Amino acid sequence: MTQPRTYVDHAASTPMLPSAADAWQRASRHVGNPSSLHGSGRAARRIVEESRESIADDLGMRPSEVIFTAGGTEADNLAIKGLAWAAPDRPRIVCSPIEHRAVLDPVEWLGEQGRPITWLGVDAVGRVSVDDVIAHLDVDVALCTVMWANNEVGTIQPIAEIAAACADAGVPFHTDAVQALGQLPVDAGRRGITSLALSGHKIGAPVGVGVLVLDRDARVVPVLHGGGQERDVRSGTVDAASSAAMAVAVRHAVTEHQAHAERIAGLRDALAAGIVGRVPGAVLNSTAEVSLPGHVHASFPGCEGDALLMLLDASGVECSTGSACTSGVPEPSHVLLAMGVDPALARGSLRFSLGRTSTPDDVERILDVLPRAVERASRAGSPTFRTVS
Amino acid sequence: MRLIAALSGGVDSSVAAARSVDAGYEVVGIHLALARSGNGPAGSRGCCTPEDARDARRVADVLGIPFYVWDLSAEFQRDVIDDFVQSYDEGLTPNPCIRCNEKIKFAAVLDRALALGFEGVVTGHYARIVEGPGGRELHRAIDQTKDQSYVLAVLDEPQLAGAHFPLGDTRKADVRAEAAGRGLRVADKPDSHDICFIPDADTEGYLRRRLGDREGQLVDAVSGETLGMHAATYALTVGQRRGLGLTVPSDDGARRYVIGREEDGMRVLVGTEQLLSVRRIEGRGPIWCGPSPKPGARVAVQIRAHGQPLRATLEVDGGTVIAHLDEPARGVAPGQTLVAYDGTRVVGSATIVGSSA
Repeated sequence: MTQPRTYVDHAASTPMLPSAADAWQRASRHVGNPSSLHGSGRAARRIVEESRESIADDLGMRPSEVIFTAGGTEADNLAIKGLAWAAPDRPRIVCSPIEHRAVLDPVEWLGEQGRPITWLGVDAVGRVSVDDVIAHLDVDVALCTVMWANNEVGTIQPIAEIAAACADAGVPFHTDAVQALGQLPVDAGRRGITSLALSGHKIGAPVGVGVLVLDRDARVVPVLHGGGQERDVRSGTVDAASSAAMAVAVRHAVTEHQAHAERIAGLRDALAAGIVGRVPGAVLNSTAEVSLPGHVHASFPGCEGDALLMLLDASGVECSTGSACTSGVPEPSHVLLAMGVDPALARGSLRFSLGRTSTPDDVERILDVLPRAVERASRAGSPTFRTVS
Repeated sequence: MRLIAALSGGVDSSVAAARSVDAGYEVVGIHLALARSGNGPAGSRGCCTPEDARDARRVADVLGIPFYVWDLSAEFQRDVIDDFVQSYDEGLTPNPCIRCNEKIKFAAVLDRALALGFEGVVTGHYARIVEGPGGRELHRAIDQTKDQSYVLAVLDEPQLAGAHFPLGDTRKADVRAEAAGRGLRVADKPDSHDICFIPDADTEGYLRRRLGDREGQLVDAVSGETLGMHAATYALTVGQRRGLGLTVPSDDGARRYVIGREEDGMRVLVGTEQLLSVRRIEGRGPIWCGPSPKPGARVAVQIRAHGQPLRATLEVDGGTVIAHLDEPARGVAPGQTLVAYDGTRVVGSATIVGSSA
C-alpha cells in the first residue's frame, strides 16, 4: 500500500503516544514480578504503584481505588458481574440498551442466569432519560449501568444526574467511560459513581491494559480467581510496563482533553457538514450538541455499510460500520435500533472517529472519495449479507 | 482490472489468488462464511471453519491484498442446504457443490463483486476457460484427477464471463509445490472432501436429523414383494447397495441395489445390478455453454462428479435433453446433473429427471 492512508477509526484504537511508548519501553527493560519480595520485584512494584498514584491523582481518586485490568472489557465484566454477584438479595440490573458489548453481554448473560433486567429507553439521539432511571431504581436493584459516552454514535449521557439519582436510591452505579476519557472531563470521583471502566488503547496507551476505578467501599466478587494481586478482586501479575504507559496516557488525557476536543470538534463539524452537503440523502446520527467531539456517524440510504467500508478502504480511508467488535451477527447496530433508526437504514451506516493524528487533509480526503463510494455502493443494492470480522 | 478472489483457506484458492496478483490484477480476498456460527456440526472439518477463515486471512496477508469475510450463511442455508434436504425429500439426488457454484460463488458473490466495480471472481477450481471462436468455452482441467468442470457446467454465459480459473492448466502436485515456494503455510493442508456441511460424511444421519423417521417399504422391483422396511427411504439413492438392512437374501444370492421409487416415494424398488442398467437418460432445463448442440451430436456424458465419461448421442427438444448411451450405465438417479462434453469442452448440462433401458 503506497497510497496515503486516512485513519479515522480512533474510537476503535488510537495511535500510542510517543511518551507512553517510551514509558513502556523503559519499564519493559527490567525483570521483576511486582509481587516478588526482592529488589527487582520491589522495583517493578514501585513502577506499578507510582502509575496507580498518578492515575488516581488525575482522576480525583485514591490509589486503592485504581485497579489495573487487561483492558476495558475486563473492567466492565468485573464491575457488572462483581457488583451483581455481591448482591444476591438484590437481583435486578438496570441497563441502557446502547451499551458496548463488554457491558451488554455480561448483563444479558446474568439475565440468562435468572437475573431480572430492566432495559432503559433512549431518545432519537441515543440519550437516556434521568427520570426513566429514577423510576426504575427499586429496592431490588443490584446495579445500574449507563455508559459515559456511546462508542458508535458518540452520544454523551447525563452521567452526573444519573449517578446522583443512584446515590439517592442507594444503588451502585457503573459507567463505561472508555470513549469519554480524553475527549471530555471525566470526574470519576463524582458522587454516586461506584465503578468506572477505562481502556488503554483508546487514549494512547497500549492494547491490553485497562483500569477499573472502584469505590473503596464497593463490594465486588472477583471474576478471575488467583493471587488477588489487585485489591483481592483482580488476580494476575500486574503488567508494570503497561501500567506505566497507562499512567502517561491518562495524564495526557486529563490535561489535554479540552484543547484536543476543541481542535477535533472543528474537523468534526467540517466533516459532518461536508457529508450532508456532498452526499445526497445522507443522514447524520451524531449531533454536535450531544456527541463526542470526534464522532461523525451517518447513514446512507440504499447502501450497505460493509460495501461502503470496503470501497473506502480501497481508497485509503479507514473507518468503521460501528463497533469493531460486532462480528458474525448479521444484524444492524443495536444502538441505532434503540434510537429508532429503520433497520435497513441502520445497515447502511458508517462511523468516522477523529483523533489526535487527524488533520484537515483527512477530512478533505474523506469528502473527496465518499460521494463516489456511496454512489457505487447504492448501485450494489440493498443489504442482503454483511461483512464480518 | 480488479478481481475478487474467493479464499477458502485451502491451497487451491490461495495459489489462484497469488497467480492473479502476479498477473497484475488488483485483487481483493474474500472468505465466505457459509455456516451459521455456533450452529452445530459444521465442526472442525469441511470448509468455513474459524481455522479456515484464519488461514485465508493469512494468505491475504502474505499476498499483500485486502481481506474481508462475507457472511452468506443465509443464502447458503436457503439455496444450498435447504435445497439439498428438500431434494432428498422429493426423492431426488442433488449435488450441493453444483448448487453452491450456481447460486453462491457465481451468483451472490459475483453479482456483488460486479456491482462494487470488480470485473470478476477468481477461484481455485480446476477447470479451464478458453476463448473460442464462438466465445468463452469451459474445458476440463489438465489434471484429470482433479478436474472440476462437472460442478461448473451449470454456469451460464454471464456467469462464465465473470469467472477466472487460473489453476486449470496445472497439476495439483505442482500447485502444492508452488504454494510452498510462495511461503504459504496452507501448502500441505489436506484436500477437502465430501459435503462441507456434513463433515462426518454421514448423509443419511444428517437427513434423518432434518426430516425425521419416515418408514417406507423396500419392494422387490420384479415380484412386487415387500422385502423389508426402512426408516428413512428418502435418504436412499438409485444405485445404493449398503445400508438397506435387508435380512432376507435374494433367491440367487445376488446383491441388491436401489433401482428406483414409486411416485409417493414411500415404496423403494430394489433389485439386481442388471436392473440398474440404462441406455437412455432424460434431462430437463439445459444450460448450454455456447451454441446448443446439433441434433444427433456425438458427445461424452458424465452423470456424477468423478464419474467416467460415457459415449452418447444427444437429442435436444427445447427444454428436454435425451442422451442415448453407446454402452449402458448404472446408477443414474433423478436430480443428478448430466454434463455433456465434446472432447475437453463442456457442451452443456441438464438435470436428470428419468432414465430407462
